[in-house]
Amino acid sequence: MTQELTQNRITSLFSQKSERLLNLYFTAGYPSLTDTTTILRGLQAAGVDLVEIGMPYSDPVADGETIQQSNGVALDNGMSIKTLFAQLADCRNATNGEPVTVPILLMGYINPVLQFGVENFCQKCQQVGVDGVILPDLPLDLFLEDYAPTFRKYGILNVHLITPQTTEDRIRFIDAESDGFIYMVSSASITGSVKGVSDTMKTYFERIQAMNLRNPRLIGFGINDHETFDMTSQYANGAIVGSAFIRHLSEKGTSAESIRAFVETIRS
Amino acid sequence: MQTTLEPKTSFEVSNKGFYGHFGGAFIPEMLYPNVEELRQNYLKIIADPAFQAEFWQLLEEYVGRPTPLFLAKRLSAHIGATIYLKREDLCHTGAHKINNTIGQILVAQRLGKQRIVAETGAGQHGVATATVCALMGLECIVYMGSIDMERQKPNVDRMRMLGAKVVPATSGSQTLKDATNEAMRHWINNPIDTHYIIGSVVGPHPYPDMVARFQSVISEEVKKQLFAKTGNENPDYVVACVGGGSNAAGAFYHYLNEPTVRLVAAEAAGQGVSSGHSAATTALGKPGVLHGSRTILMQTEDGQVTEPYSISAGLDYPGIGPLHAHLFESGRGDFYAITDDEALQAGFQLSKLEGIIPALETAHALAALEKMNLNADDVVVVCLSGRGDKDLSTYSKFL
Repeated sequence: MTQELTQNRITSLFSQKSERLLNLYFTAGYPSLTDTTTILRGLQAAGVDLVEIGMPYSDPVADGETIQQSNGVALDNGMSIKTLFAQLADCRNATNGEPVTVPILLMGYINPVLQFGVENFCQKCQQVGVDGVILPDLPLDLFLEDYAPTFRKYGILNVHLITPQTTEDRIRFIDAESDGFIYMVSSASITGSVKGVSDTMKTYFERIQAMNLRNPRLIGFGINDHETFDMTSQYANGAIVGSAFIRHLSEKGTSAESIRAFVETIRS
Repeated sequence: MQTTLEPKTSFEVSNKGFYGHFGGAFIPEMLYPNVEELRQNYLKIIADPAFQAEFWQLLEEYVGRPTPLFLAKRLSAHIGATIYLKREDLCHTGAHKINNTIGQILVAQRLGKQRIVAETGAGQHGVATATVCALMGLECIVYMGSIDMERQKPNVDRMRMLGAKVVPATSGSQTLKDATNEAMRHWINNPIDTHYIIGSVVGPHPYPDMVARFQSVISEEVKKQLFAKTGNENPDYVVACVGGGSNAAGAFYHYLNEPTVRLVAAEAAGQGVSSGHSAATTALGKPGVLHGSRTILMQTEDGQVTEPYSISAGLDYPGIGPLHAHLFESGRGDFYAITDDEALQAGFQLSKLEGIIPALETAHALAALEKMNLNADDVVVVCLSGRGDKDLSTYSKFL
């Protein structure tokens, strides 16, 4: 692990707090192009532990209808990786209100990142204070072969997913090659398509818990209310909420009060 | 009839699924176990003598292979070269697509899958998939863009009659790209009991290689048939249309390492390469990742996939298979962009000259003949990938 990685906000967070962490996902440029930093600051004010910002993509195959639709709206609004970096440029500084200190992950698909240029992308992440990325269609094997040195050079974590179908050997491999945390997909599904926590899911959570992985774990997909957050938090270091928050933003708006109200319903 | 289904040497896929710079398996972790299961087993399965026996028996007795290699005399006279048509339109279900679905359904059975999901553009792959699912008694779900469902209604009805559930893809351009997204999502949600029958030489490794092997029966037969007719198994040109590129991959396969045979691919230029309504991938695209592989892709500067357009639903796709991307980049293949109008004219021409109504997809390959500056002694094989019955409503608007 490099010097930069040890100072990363994500690794620092997990070294300070290991339970009931809440990671909220939203799509950059949704509902409006300029909502990105408003929502980011609202989430920080509401006390979430990590924020995952979606880089919209035309063909987000691992996502469900809600996130896909928000991606489409954001693209129509004119969002791009370049615009997102411009919007995030000052968020870590105190020049424009309270500085953003919450760890930031960017989530998206590999093609826009390839077109932006992987080195350019990592450099920009470092400049604006992005701590890690989730690129679901860049499998670990291809990441290690082609891109890992670049990400590590700029201190950008690459978070990998495991699912109920991931073999034990592969989980060990992912754990050995991951820094930050492991994203546990709760069930065989796309985002936003699962309701409740089944016994099968609990068995899977217990199986992973018993593996004593070196990385902390956050559970995502299907976490949409207090009950599912509470339940999944018993089996991991916390959980990730996405589609439910996108629906909330669509219906209740992006004000700090609206965001705080949503976070409170999840947490308490 | 026997074959080896052996890979060719210089255009052989690497063990990680790459053809030169193109290919690979860029898939979410949710699909990793399925794709890995397939990768580890497909070569073993198709090399098994019991598989081979069943595959070839079905191709002969159910599909109707070998398909004829027809010397098109009136078309030859018109073009000014010797033109042979490989009659894949005479396959059961009306297109080459069934060569692949027969192979994949046998693979799926051996992997213990209960359900099949597929995407379709023109409906030919959907019909071929629904057909083999009926034959084998497997549940079948086909995703099809809602616009394609309208323009290819006869095929929608055929799929339903064969017992398949046809699900409209309503996102994006509501065509093949979006149907593929939805089929992939379905597979992500049903990873254990479902096999995804991809219909073209696209998708994550091993699909492009597996589909090309199943379609390679086309060039294998052409070699034998051409030798029987002319004493030379190699033509000067092999011509095929390319959307994803499965009929082209099959027609080119056994000629990949025959440098005297030029491989010619016809892409859909739609209303014109520069019109903003086109699917001419090599003319308009650049390297990128879509649906699991690195290939040439129509996209914006920001890497968002461009909505393609073609009058032909089967060519209405913003990418091409990674093998074709490699053929293009290496210069091994010649790529022509054919407009809707040129394809329609070629379709009408073949109908009148030879009494064969080609699919609109195939009509693009036929239109390429007019652009190739052929010599009188050139021997050309055109892959007549499918029949035009499904396109009658489109053709009839221009009668």
